[in-house]
Amino acid sequence: MLTLEDLSIRQTDFHLCANLSVPTGSLTAVVGPSGAGKSTLLSAIAGFVAPTTGRILWQGQDLAPLPPGQRPLSILFQDQNLFPHLTVAQNLGLGLRPDLRLGPADQARVSAAIGRVDLTGLEARKPGTLSGGEQSRVALARALLRARPLLLLDEPFAALGPALKKEMLDLVRDIARENGTTVLMVSHDPDDALRIADLTILVAEGRAEPPVPTRSLFAAPPPALAAYLGN
Amino acid sequence: MTTKFFLPMIAGVLAANMVAAEDKPVLTVYTYDSFVAEWGPGPAIEAAFEATCACDLQFVAPGDAGALLSRILLEGKDTKADVVLGLDNNLTAKAAASGLFAPHAALDVTYGLPVAWNDPIFVPYDWGYFAFVYDKTKVREVPTDFTALATSDLKIAIQDPRSSSPGLGLLMWVKAAYGDKAAEIWADLADNIVTVTPGWSEAYGLFLKGEADMVLSYTTSPAYHIFAEKDDTKAAAAFSEGHYLQVEVAAKLGTTPQGDLADQFLAFVTGPEFQGVIPETNWMYPAVTPADGLPAEFEGLIQPAKALMLPAGEADALRESATEEWRAALAK
Amino acid sequence: MRVAARLPGGLALALVLALALGSLAAVLARSEGLGRVTPADWAAVRFTLLQASLSAVLSTVLAVPVARALARRRFAGRGLMIAALGAPFILPVIVAVMGILSIFGRAGALNAALAALGLPELRVYGLQGILIAHLFLNLPLAVRMILNGWAAIPPERFRLAASLDLGPRDLWRLIEYPMLCATLPGAALAIFLVCLTSFTVILMMGGGPAATTLELAIYQAFRMEFDLGHAASLAALQMALSLAVALVSLMAFNPTAFGAGTGRRADAPPHAGRLALWLDVFWLCACGLFLALPLLTVLLAGLPFLPGLGASLWMAAGRSVLVALSATVLALALSLSIALLVTALPRAAGRVIDGLAMLALTTSPLVLGTGLFLILRPHLDPVAFALPIAALVNATMAMPFCLRILMPELTTLRTDYGRLSESLGLQGLTALRLVILPRLRRSMAFAGGLSAALAAGDLGAVALFADPQYPTLPMQVYALAGAYRSNAAAGASVLLMGLSFFLFRAIDQMGHRDADA
Repeated sequence: MLTLEDLSIRQTDFHLCANLSVPTGSLTAVVGPSGAGKSTLLSAIAGFVAPTTGRILWQGQDLAPLPPGQRPLSILFQDQNLFPHLTVAQNLGLGLRPDLRLGPADQARVSAAIGRVDLTGLEARKPGTLSGGEQSRVALARALLRARPLLLLDEPFAALGPALKKEMLDLVRDIARENGTTVLMVSHDPDDALRIADLTILVAEGRAEPPVPTRSLFAAPPPALAAYLGN
Repeated sequence: MTTKFFLPMIAGVLAANMVAAEDKPVLTVYTYDSFVAEWGPGPAIEAAFEATCACDLQFVAPGDAGALLSRILLEGKDTKADVVLGLDNNLTAKAAASGLFAPHAALDVTYGLPVAWNDPIFVPYDWGYFAFVYDKTKVREVPTDFTALATSDLKIAIQDPRSSSPGLGLLMWVKAAYGDKAAEIWADLADNIVTVTPGWSEAYGLFLKGEADMVLSYTTSPAYHIFAEKDDTKAAAAFSEGHYLQVEVAAKLGTTPQGDLADQFLAFVTGPEFQGVIPETNWMYPAVTPADGLPAEFEGLIQPAKALMLPAGEADALRESATEEWRAALAK
Repeated sequence: MRVAARLPGGLALALVLALALGSLAAVLARSEGLGRVTPADWAAVRFTLLQASLSAVLSTVLAVPVARALARRRFAGRGLMIAALGAPFILPVIVAVMGILSIFGRAGALNAALAALGLPELRVYGLQGILIAHLFLNLPLAVRMILNGWAAIPPERFRLAASLDLGPRDLWRLIEYPMLCATLPGAALAIFLVCLTSFTVILMMGGGPAATTLELAIYQAFRMEFDLGHAASLAALQMALSLAVALVSLMAFNPTAFGAGTGRRADAPPHAGRLALWLDVFWLCACGLFLALPLLTVLLAGLPFLPGLGASLWMAAGRSVLVALSATVLALALSLSIALLVTALPRAAGRVIDGLAMLALTTSPLVLGTGLFLILRPHLDPVAFALPIAALVNATMAMPFCLRILMPELTTLRTDYGRLSESLGLQGLTALRLVILPRLRRSMAFAGGLSAALAAGDLGAVALFADPQYPTLPMQVYALAGAYRSNAAAGASVLLMGLSFFLFRAIDQMGHRDADA
């Protein structure tokens, strides 16, 4: 279980607080108006932004002392998820061994991951030669290889077309279910949440609300969400 | 703020370029930079000459003494200079060979130089002996000749003969004193030389910082410290071989349209008003000793027993081989 | 981003080439043909190459750990330290040398300390002294150039690395090493070329004629032999050598385009481990002391005499500011035009242009001054135009540094936003105003500050044009030192140092004011 305990993040002209828990193995969407702090919330969990007060706990363990790379999570950003000067295989390999000294077993896992996201044959390509959808798959495959229990998605598929995005969301859902991964997914599109998220956290007016079942939230949206949805 | 600051300056520069538009004849004198500095002889001399000549005396200073001759040679026959002031006896042979300079009118003066001077072109205005200057509080055993210097532990700063007049002077000093044995002297001196600087000011700066025990300068150098800094700890070492002379000269260009005015200026150069300014601005001996003697701070300076100076042509002919000899001896 | 790049760039390049080659041609035309190159000259060539290569390698290699420490640590005084890094490079050389000798000289602090401990004296005069002085003058420049490279790494790249738990060695291999491969050759080349024409340092620190460089041989040919042919052949040799080195280094190294970040403000890059922290502290302290102590001694020696300086010195300072600001505007215009041209051309052609532009650095200041004098004199009175000519020459000499600073960023900008700009129809001055200048603001300010300070402190090329009525501050410093007035010269040096530093800081700061990227 991921717990945000009396969490508060203050920056010069920004404030966000949260007091909530996300159950293990769930797929939870984070929705809300632009600028409300969805990305900041994920950055705090990932360790890039230090909370002003409060704690972030995973299975009861405080994450504060851990640097980003040692937290039990993987994160996919909006862009810049791949090193442009490394090949697909190397970018994936980083998920296993940062020094890229991969043994045969590691190589096999990389190949398997590439196969799992249907990119077999593209191992030697550089990211610049891949389509947006293929780049997303590579990033997702690396998260798969890292096998961390928590996966944070900071709108990595926002730039993809509707069909491609749905495909990626389904892939995320399938991989998460296969591995029991807990997923926290920022999105500005209600359809994303409705498609794969069991639960949804609403971030608005300086607060991240505790997660509620997605369908019931969108069936009877609270005023802040209604205003965001425009109905 | 910027406009307020710069506009008057730009205006000043422009105005200065228009001053020449007055009616008086203009005498253009090329000289070296420190001569015309506000603390140098230039300002007083300009005022004094203009008071007598009904002319406008304009100094142009394209850098140090070496740059001065470069500039004249580059300009050649269409130079704007009427007179050049500031060449020394190391440069006169090259200057004369260019054919750009003309003989001066007869002068009725008795020079106070330690050697006879009767050059038809170049008029001496000051002179000095090269010497090693040291700090009396730090150097106890003062060498009395080059051999003693070479065997001592004293560290000296000298100037490069390939880039400076004092450096060339030292080269000629050793050559004049030791002839064919000059190379041996240089080889013996090698371990005394801290470094070889591009010009006089760098070497003197090193000496004042304490980097060198002695520096090649002039016998008159201590006078400056006595006069300006009330400091009598600096002294020049008297060498028994004799001391090499530097004579600074002025000359008239053959191309000058102001021949008479130029001769009038050369006569003024040897006159009391010019000569009186020299000791305490240029820190050299005036070419003509003033009637009422030298300033007090010149009193206690060492008086070399023997003045050395190679004839200009001979020095010029020797320069290349002597420089090579010097380089080979020190480059080991 | 087609900024009608070719015309201004072509004109700028033509101007630089005309100055560099034209001055040499003018000297040659005036002489009676190229002079012979003597065995002593070849010895000078060998020593010149030796000291310049060693100086360049030493300065850039030692700059890496210092720049790295500065890039990843945040501490009080960091901004000041980065600003002060400009100071040694922009000091008049003679002032810097005196400062260095106060620490490393025979009578310096270091030897006093050694003597107190009963240890033998450290001999500074010789090749080691030349290297120390060149390191002092150029290390800070290298640090700044490499630090810019670090700052140009998109912050997202470090976030990604952190999220993947990359260790320091992985970070080095994946992010820092590729960046250094793109940055170091340019920095080393610039320093190599500066040291190639070094003159005062070589003579002061060299200890004797064993340390003889081409620049001294050129000086001798001009000043002592009045042999323009010999001077011209030596200058041509010097130019050919440096051009060869410039082209080889620009061809051999392939600067990788490193990709854009989203322009977010960079956090301090992550760091790990106590050992790394101590190493960073060591490098920062060592570099700080090495650079600060000599500067401090110059400051202390001159400060008491600062109030006594006459009005003429302050006027000279004003004149120097005027020259410096004009030179800065010119240098930035020249370098930006050439950089736009280089990045608009196919890679190989761009490299050649880039190399040619570096010619300005390889020209002996003496040849440049003399040639320009010969060219201009039939048409105008050089003395009346002393200050504008000084600005032009200084701008040309500063341009290659500006080019080295601007090029990496402009290349990245073109790679990342070139298509965006083109798709928006951004062209010509609009692209310049809306995209290029704002994005290059930081580099432009750094390059501008450097140019201004260099011009304020320069004496070299303009000596022949000097107008004694209106001296600049460096001319006054030399004149004072040449007339026994060492105290006033020390005071004026502090004024010059302060002026150079103020100009550098003020212009460099413009790049940081409300910079959002």
